[in-house]
Amino acid sequence: MDFTYDDEQKALREAVRGLTTKAYGEFENRRRAVAEAPGFDEGQWARLAEMGVLGLPFSEDDGGVGAGPVEIGIVCQELGRVLAPEPFLASVVHAGGLVAAAGSPEQRADLLGRLAAGEIVLAAADTSPGGRWSSEAEGVTAARDGDTWTLTGVRDPVPNGARADHLVVNASLPDGGTGLFVVEGSAATRADHAVFDGSRAARVELSETPAIPLGEPGRDLTATIATISDITRIMGANQALGVMQAQVAATNAYLKSRKQFGVTLNTFQALTFRAADMYVELELAHSLVDWATMVVAAGSQEDIADAADRVGLQVARASRHIGQEAIQLHGGIAMTAEYSVGVGTAHLAVLEMWLGGAHHHLTRLADRVSDHGEVEALA
Amino acid sequence: MQLELSAEDAAFRDEMRTFFTTEFPQDIRDTVLAGRHLTREQIVASQQALNAAGLAVPHWPVEWGGKDWTTLQRHLWHEEMQRAGVPTPLAFNASMIGPVLAQFGSQEQKERFLPKTANLDIWWSQGFSEPDAGSDLASLRTTAVRDGDDWIVNGQKTWTTLGQYGDWIFTLVRTDPDVKKQAGISMLLIDMTLDGVEVRPIEMIDGGHEVNEVWFSDVRVPGDLLVGELNGGWTIAKFLLGNERVGVAPVGATKRALATLKENAGDLLDDPLTRARVAELENELLALELTALRVVAHSTDGAPHPASSVLKLKGTVLQQAVSELALDLAGPGALASGADDDSPVPGWARRSAPTYLNLRKASIYGGSNEIQRQIIARTILGL
Repeated sequence: MDFTYDDEQKALREAVRGLTTKAYGEFENRRRAVAEAPGFDEGQWARLAEMGVLGLPFSEDDGGVGAGPVEIGIVCQELGRVLAPEPFLASVVHAGGLVAAAGSPEQRADLLGRLAAGEIVLAAADTSPGGRWSSEAEGVTAARDGDTWTLTGVRDPVPNGARADHLVVNASLPDGGTGLFVVEGSAATRADHAVFDGSRAARVELSETPAIPLGEPGRDLTATIATISDITRIMGANQALGVMQAQVAATNAYLKSRKQFGVTLNTFQALTFRAADMYVELELAHSLVDWATMVVAAGSQEDIADAADRVGLQVARASRHIGQEAIQLHGGIAMTAEYSVGVGTAHLAVLEMWLGGAHHHLTRLADRVSDHGEVEALA
Repeated sequence: MQLELSAEDAAFRDEMRTFFTTEFPQDIRDTVLAGRHLTREQIVASQQALNAAGLAVPHWPVEWGGKDWTTLQRHLWHEEMQRAGVPTPLAFNASMIGPVLAQFGSQEQKERFLPKTANLDIWWSQGFSEPDAGSDLASLRTTAVRDGDDWIVNGQKTWTTLGQYGDWIFTLVRTDPDVKKQAGISMLLIDMTLDGVEVRPIEMIDGGHEVNEVWFSDVRVPGDLLVGELNGGWTIAKFLLGNERVGVAPVGATKRALATLKENAGDLLDDPLTRARVAELENELLALELTALRVVAHSTDGAPHPASSVLKLKGTVLQQAVSELALDLAGPGALASGADDDSPVPGWARRSAPTYLNLRKASIYGGSNEIQRQIIARTILGL
C-alpha cells in the first residue's frame, strides 16, 4: 500500500505542468483558445503529442508508451489545474481507450499511432438524445450487407464531435448486443456547438453511413464499453481533482489578499471556516481519486465499475461543494468569464453531466448496499 | 502508488485479525459488538489481555513495551481491533499520559508509572477542562502553590470521563499566575485517593454517568509528581492533544456500526431512501479510511500530520450520522430506551436514542470541530 508517486511519476507531473502552465498559466490564453471552434489550441495538441502525452495509455506496439493509470491520472490532474481545453480525456482516454480495447492490431496501430502522434482527433459518440450514461447502444443501429456495414441514427451531444477526424460510435447489432464502429468524421452530418465551459460538442446524424467495425465484426462489446466508460470516469475524477485543487488554492490566496472593511478577508472566521470545509472535501475526494486510479491498475472489471461509482459520487459531491464555495468566497469576480474560478465550476459541471453525476452513481451504489457487510478499502 | 498491502503487511494484518478474533476474550467482544456498555472490570481485563500479548501500547518506546512498528502497522492494528469489537486500550493511559511520561517524565516517574499504566493497574483520568476553560484551555484556574517540597492544589476540573473509576489523574494546574496564561501552567500527577479530592457525577442527556466533576481542596501533592519542567505544561498539553487527534477518528468502529445496522435493519433496507443514505455513508467512510491511510503514510514519526484534523472533523461527523440513521430506523421503538430485555423492541433500537444523544459529544471533545477548522485554516491553509 503506497499513496505516493515515484520519481518518474513526479518527473512526468513536472513536465506536463511545465507545458500546461506555459500555455494556460495566464487564464486569458485559455479564454482565447476556446473562443472559436475547435475549442482548443491545435498547437498545444501537437506539443502534447511531442511530449508523448497523447500516446501515454497505449502499448508500444500501437505507437504508444504503455504507461499505467497513475500516469494518465497525473496528466488529467494537470490538465484540470489550468482548465486546458485539449481533448485528452475525450479523445485519448475515452475514444482511444475504446479502440485500444476493441480494435484489431491493425486498427490499433493505425488509429492509435496517428492519435499518439497528434495527427488526428478521435471522438466517442455514445450518447443518444435524452440518453443517460448507458453502455448499451440506444438510437443508432448497425446494418450489415456482406462485409460492409452502415450506421443509422443520432448521437447527441458528442464532445469534440465536429472536430474529430474519426468517430467511435456504439450501435445496436443486427443479432443483438452492442458493437463499436469507426466512422469518418466527414461522412456524418455534424452540427457543432459550444458547451458552457468553452469546449465544443456536436450533434452527429448518421444515415446509412459507412462504418468499419472495431475488432471482430458482430461481436457484442457491451462489457468492454462499460469498462472503458468507467475508466474514463475515474480519469475524469482525476481531472476534476486538478480543477478543485486549483480552486481551493485560488480561494485561499484571494482570502489573504482581498481587502474589505479595511482588512483582508481571512480576518473573518465565517469565511476561513468555509475554506477549511472546502479543504476537508478536497482531501476526501483526493483519497478516493488515488484509490480508484489504483483499482484500475489492479482490479477486475467489476472492481473498476465499483470504484467508478464510488469516486464518481464523492467527486461529484465535492465538485458542487468546492465549485460553489469558491465562487461565493470570491464574490462577483468569480462570476466573470475572465476569471478561472467560475469557469472551473462550469468545467466541473461538464465532467459530471458528461460522465455521470452524484445521482447516477448513488443510485447504482444504493442498489448494491445489501451485497456486502463493510466496504473493504484494501485488497 | 500501489493498492495492495505488501506481503509482510498483509501477514501482519492477518496475525492481528487472528489474535483479536480467536484469542481475545469473547464475552468482551460480544458486549462491544452488541453496542452495550463495558464494566470497569471488562475494560481492565481487555487491556490486560492486550498487554499480555504485547498489543496494548505498541506506539510507546520499545523500552516501555512499545513495538517498533511502522505507522501503517499501527494503523492496521488499530483498525483490526475496532473491526473485531475489541475495545481500544484506555485512551487516558495508552494515548495520553503514557506517551507524555515516556517523552517528558523523569526516569523515576517512568519506572514507577509506565508498566502499571500499560497494564491498566493504574486507571488514569484526565484533568484538563474546567468550567471556564474548555476550548480555551489555557485559561484554566486550578492552582498549585508551593509548600516546602509539596504542591497544594485547589480548584475544579470538569468533563472528567470515567473519573469514577480513576486511581490517578493527570492535571494541568496554574503554577505561575503572573505570566502570560500559557507560560504559567504545569502538569501534575495526583493520586485520587488523597484527602481533598472529590469526584462528583454529572448526569448526561443520554441518562448515563460517563463524566464527572473533580474538585481539589487543599490537596497536598509531593513535588516529585510534577511532569517535565515547571511551567512547561502547555508544551506537554499540545503534545498530548496532538496525539489525541490522531486516534480520535474511529473509522473501523463506525464502519462496523454501519454494517451491523444494515443487518439489524431487515426489511427497512428495502426502502430506496434508506439504501441511498447507507450508500452515501459507506462511501464517505471509505473516503475517510483512505484519507487515514494517506495521512499514516505521510506522517513523520511523532508529529501528527496536519491533515489529522480532517480525520477528527469528518470522523466524528460520520460517527454521528450513523447513529442518526440508527435512530431513524428504530422509529417509535426508540422510545423503549428504558425497557429491559423483556421488551419486544430489539436492543439496538432501544439503545439508538441514548447512543445518538451520547455521540453529540464527539464533535465537542478532543478539540471541538470548530477548533479543528481553526487548525486547518491556520496551519494548513495559512489563513
